[in-house]
Amino acid sequence: MSQTATDPRHLRTPPKRQIRLTWADERVRAIVWQVLIVGAVIGVIWWLVRNTQHNLEVRRIATGFGFLNREAGLPIGEHLIEYTPASTYLRALTVGVLNTLKVAVVGIVLATTLGTVIGIARLSKNWLLSKIAAVYVELIRDVPLLLQLLFWYTILQGLPGPRQALNPVAGVFLSNRGLKLPFLDWQVAHSWALLAFVAGCFATWLYAKAMRRKQMQDGRPRPIWPAALGLLVGLPLVVWSLGGAPTAIDWPELRGFNFRGGMTISPEYFALLIGLTTYTAGFIAEIVRAGILAVPHGQWEAAQALGLRSSTVLRQIVLPQALRVIVPPMTSQYLNLTKNSSLAVAIGYQDIVSIANTTLNQTGQAIEGIAIIMAVYLTISLSISFFMNWYNSRIALVER
Amino acid sequence: MSDIPLNTSVAGVPEAAPRQPPALTTGPIAWFRANLFSSWLNTAVTLVLAYFIVRYAISFVDWAFINAIWSVDNNQTQACRALKNSATPGACWAVITEKHRFILFGTYPYEEHWRPALVCLLFTALYVVSAMRRFWRWELAVVWAVTLTAIGILMWGGVFGLSYVPQERWGGLPITLILATFGLAFAFPLAILVALGRRSSMPAIRVLCIAYVELIRGVPLISLLFMASVMFPLFLPEGLNIDKLLRAQVAVILFAGAYLAEVVRGGLQALPKGQYEAAEALGLSYWQKTGFIILPQALRLVIPPLVNTFIGFFKDTSLVLIIGIFDLLTAGKTAIVEPAWQGFGVEVYIAISVIYFIYCFAMSRYSQNLEAELNRHRNR
Amino acid sequence: MSAALDTELHIASSIRTDAPPAILLDKVNKWYGSMHVLRDISLEVATGERVVVCGPSGSGKSTMIRCINRLEQHQEGRIVVDGTELTDDVRALDAIRREVGMVFQSFNLFPHLTILENCTLAPIWVRRMPKKDAEELAMHYLTRVKIPDQARKYPGQLSGGQQQRVAIARALCMKPKIMLFDEPTSALDPEMIKEVLDTMVGLAEDGMTMICVTHEMGFARQVADRVVFMDRGEVVEQGAPEQLFSNPSTDRLKMFLSQILRGH
Repeated sequence: MSQTATDPRHLRTPPKRQIRLTWADERVRAIVWQVLIVGAVIGVIWWLVRNTQHNLEVRRIATGFGFLNREAGLPIGEHLIEYTPASTYLRALTVGVLNTLKVAVVGIVLATTLGTVIGIARLSKNWLLSKIAAVYVELIRDVPLLLQLLFWYTILQGLPGPRQALNPVAGVFLSNRGLKLPFLDWQVAHSWALLAFVAGCFATWLYAKAMRRKQMQDGRPRPIWPAALGLLVGLPLVVWSLGGAPTAIDWPELRGFNFRGGMTISPEYFALLIGLTTYTAGFIAEIVRAGILAVPHGQWEAAQALGLRSSTVLRQIVLPQALRVIVPPMTSQYLNLTKNSSLAVAIGYQDIVSIANTTLNQTGQAIEGIAIIMAVYLTISLSISFFMNWYNSRIALVER
Repeated sequence: MSDIPLNTSVAGVPEAAPRQPPALTTGPIAWFRANLFSSWLNTAVTLVLAYFIVRYAISFVDWAFINAIWSVDNNQTQACRALKNSATPGACWAVITEKHRFILFGTYPYEEHWRPALVCLLFTALYVVSAMRRFWRWELAVVWAVTLTAIGILMWGGVFGLSYVPQERWGGLPITLILATFGLAFAFPLAILVALGRRSSMPAIRVLCIAYVELIRGVPLISLLFMASVMFPLFLPEGLNIDKLLRAQVAVILFAGAYLAEVVRGGLQALPKGQYEAAEALGLSYWQKTGFIILPQALRLVIPPLVNTFIGFFKDTSLVLIIGIFDLLTAGKTAIVEPAWQGFGVEVYIAISVIYFIYCFAMSRYSQNLEAELNRHRNR
Repeated sequence: MSAALDTELHIASSIRTDAPPAILLDKVNKWYGSMHVLRDISLEVATGERVVVCGPSGSGKSTMIRCINRLEQHQEGRIVVDGTELTDDVRALDAIRREVGMVFQSFNLFPHLTILENCTLAPIWVRRMPKKDAEELAMHYLTRVKIPDQARKYPGQLSGGQQQRVAIARALCMKPKIMLFDEPTSALDPEMIKEVLDTMVGLAEDGMTMICVTHEMGFARQVADRVVFMDRGEVVEQGAPEQLFSNPSTDRLKMFLSQILRGH
C-alpha cells in the first residue's frame, strides 16, 4: 500500500475542475439553490423586522435593554440572593434564573435516584415489584406534566391551614403554607464541616486512585474503606468539634396564624418539585432499564467464568458498558426537566419564565423579555450539548 | 455453521420416559415460589408491597366509589364539602356529572354539542385508520384532507344548514385534538424538508436547518407560545390580525417540526448506504431518488419513534393553557372557578387524566406492537 | 472445511491415569421448568484427557458443560471438578472457576477494554497479580495465539477468528487446569475456523484437559481421546473417535453422522 514518494506518478495532484456557467453543472445548480433559499429566508426576516419596527413606533415602545436598571417593584416570595421589590429588573431576573436552577438541580438529583430505583425494580425477579414499577411508568408517562403539576398543587392547597397542620413526625408540619422542617441553626462551624466533607470526598478519591496504583504494582488489593470512613465522617466531625460543636436546631413552631423558624418549602416549589421528579423519573426508569438490558448476558457469564466477583463484574464490566447507553438519553432528560421547569408559571412558582413574563407585561418590552427567556435556556442547553459531545467522543466504543 | 437439527422420528429409537422435575418446579405454586417468594428478601418485599397495595386500594375504592357522591341538585355542593372534611372522605363526582359537557366542549353552543362530539369521533377514527398498516397508501393523504375539511365544516358551520359558530366559542377536547392533529399534519412535511436539508451537501442550507432545529429544541415550548401570543402581532403588518388559536397552532407546528425532523433524520441515517448508491446508479434525480427510494424506507424505520414523539406532543398541547387557549385542560380548570365548585380540582384533574391516558396509552401500546412487528420482519 | 486436519495423524494421548479424575459427573439431572434437559448424565474426564461432545441442537451438550462451571445449576446428582464438589458454597465455586477456563460460541470479549486489558483483568483482580506481570503473561499467551500485535486494539476492530483466539488467550491467562469450549467455531466464517482450531490443537498437544462441544469431526478425529454423543439430554454413545465414527452402534448416531456428512 505504501508507495515510494519518489515515483513521479504519485506526485501529481488531481486536476482542478472547471466551473462552467451552465445549468448542467451540478455546482452551479447548488450555488443558485443556496442563494435563492438563503435570500428568501433573509427576505422574510427583513420583512418581519420592518413590520416590527413599524408596529413598535406606532405603539411608542422603545426597544433596548435599558429597562433592566429600572426599579422592578415586583414582589418575589422565594429568593436565594438578597432581593426587595425596590431592586432592579436585572436583579429580579437573576433571582428567576437562580430559582429555575434551584428546582432543576434538586429535581435532577431526585429524579435520577427515583428513576434508577424504579428502572431496577422493573427488572426485579419479584413479579409484584416489577409490575408496580411498570404500572407507575405507564401511568406517569401518559398524562401531561402540566396536568400533574396542577393536580399536585391542588392537593397541596387542599391541605389544612397552619393551625390544623399535619404533623407526621415531630417538628415536621405539612399545611397549605407548605412544608416546614426543622433545620440546623447555621453556624460558621457548619460551613467549615461541610467544606471538610467536600475536601474529604476529594481526598478519598485521590487515596483510592493511589491505592489502585499500588495494587497494580504489587498485585495486593488494599481496602480503602477505613481511610474513606475517616476522611468522609471523621474529618468533618473533627472540624465541627473544633468549631465548638454547635448543635442548636431551629424548630418550626406555630405562632398565631403561621409558623416561625425552621426551613420552609413553599407549596409552589414543592408541587413543582414533586411533579418534575415523578414525571422525569418515569422516563429515566426506562433509560436505566434499557441500559442494563443493553449489556448482553454473555458479558456476565464470561466475567463469572473468569472467576471475577460480582462486585468486580459490576464495576469493571457491566457499569462501564451500561453507562455508555444510559448517559446520552439521560442528559436529554435532564435538559427536558430543566425546560419543563418553565411550567412553574402555571402554578405561580417564580422561575425565570414567570418573572420575565411579569416583566414584559409591566414594561411592554415583549421582544426583550422573550429574548431573555430564550437566551437563558439556550445557554443551558448548548452548554449541556457541548459537554455531551465531549463525553460521547471520549467514551465511544472503537469499532472498525 | 449452526447446530444440526436431528429428525427424531426415527423408528426403533425409544423415547426416554419423561420424568417429573424434583419437588414443585412447575405449576402455580412453583410460579408463586419463583416470582414472589424465591428468597427471604423477596418474600419481605412481596409482603410489604402487598400490604401497601391492599391498604391504599381499599382507601382509594372507599374514596372513589363507596363514599362518593355522584350528583347533586342545583349546584348544592354542601353535601360534597361536608363529605370532603368528614372522617370517611369521598370523591365528589357530581362536579363531573354537572360539568362534563363544559369540560369536553367548552363554551360551544349547548344544543350544537353533537357537532364537536362528532368531530372528536372523526379525529379518533382518523387515528385508528392511519394506524392500520393496510391503509398505508397514498390514498391516506386524501382521507386526511377530506376528514380535516369535514371537521372544519362541522366546527365552523355556516353551510349545509349548520349555524355559524365563531372560533372564540370553541373549546375542550376538540381544541386539543385540533392542535395535535393539524400540528402533526403540517409539522410532518416541514420535518421531512428540514431533515433532508440537514443532510444536504449544500452548506448554507445545512446551516439554516441546523440553526432552526437546535434553536427550537434548546428552548421550552412555553417561550414559543409566549412568542406566538405577544410577539407575532408585532411581526405582522398593521391591520393583519390572525387569531390566537392559529398563532398557537403555528408555534406548535414550529416546535413539533424540529423534534420530528430529528426523528426523520435518524431514519435517513439508519438507511444503509447501498440504498443511496443504488438509487444514484439508476440515474434518478435527487427528488426522484428521495421520493421513491429513500423516504419510503426511512419513514418506515422510524414509525415507532414518530408515534412516541407524537404522544409527547399530544401531551404538550396542554401547555396552551398558559396563554389562555381553551383546550381540554383549560376547560377543566375553568369549570372549577365557579364558587360552588371550588375545591373539587382533584376529581376534575383525575377525569381529564383518564381522557389523556386513554389516547396516550393506546398510542404507546400501538407503537410498541409495531416496533416488535417491524423488528420481527427485519430479523427474518 | 477442515480437510487439512483430517489428513494429519492423531496426536499422542496425554491421559494421566495415576491422577484423580479432573471432572466427574454422576447422574446429573436438570430441568427448565418441566422440560427435562439433562437426564442422568454420568461422565468421567481424566486429567489430560480430551473429550469432544457432539449431538444435534437441543441435545443438552451446551447445558452440560455450562453446568461444569455453574453458569447453569443442576438440580440432581453430583458434579466434582478437580476434587471439589459444586454446591451452593461460593468459595468452592470461586476456586473451581479459577481452575476452569471457558470459551464461548459468541466470544463474549469485553468491548470497552483493549485486547490486553481483556486478558489482564482476571489475573489482576482474581489472581492478584501486579499489572506488569499480568501484561507480560497476557503478551505471552497472545503471542501463542499469534496476535501479539493487536494487543492495543479493541475487540470491535478484530475479525471473528482473531476475537475467538483472544478469548482463548484470555482464558489461558488464568492458567486453568481444564478448558471448556462451547461451540467455539460455530459463529465463525469458514476461513476463520481453521485458525481457531489450530490454536486448540496446539493446546491439546500441550496436554491440557479439554471438553469441547463442536461439530468439527476432523478436529475430533485428530485431537479427541473420546467422543461423547448426546441426544435429548442423554449420553447415547461414547468411545474413541475412529470406532464411533466408522462403526456407530445406535440409529440416532448413524442418523446424526449422515446429516453432518450431508451438511458438509
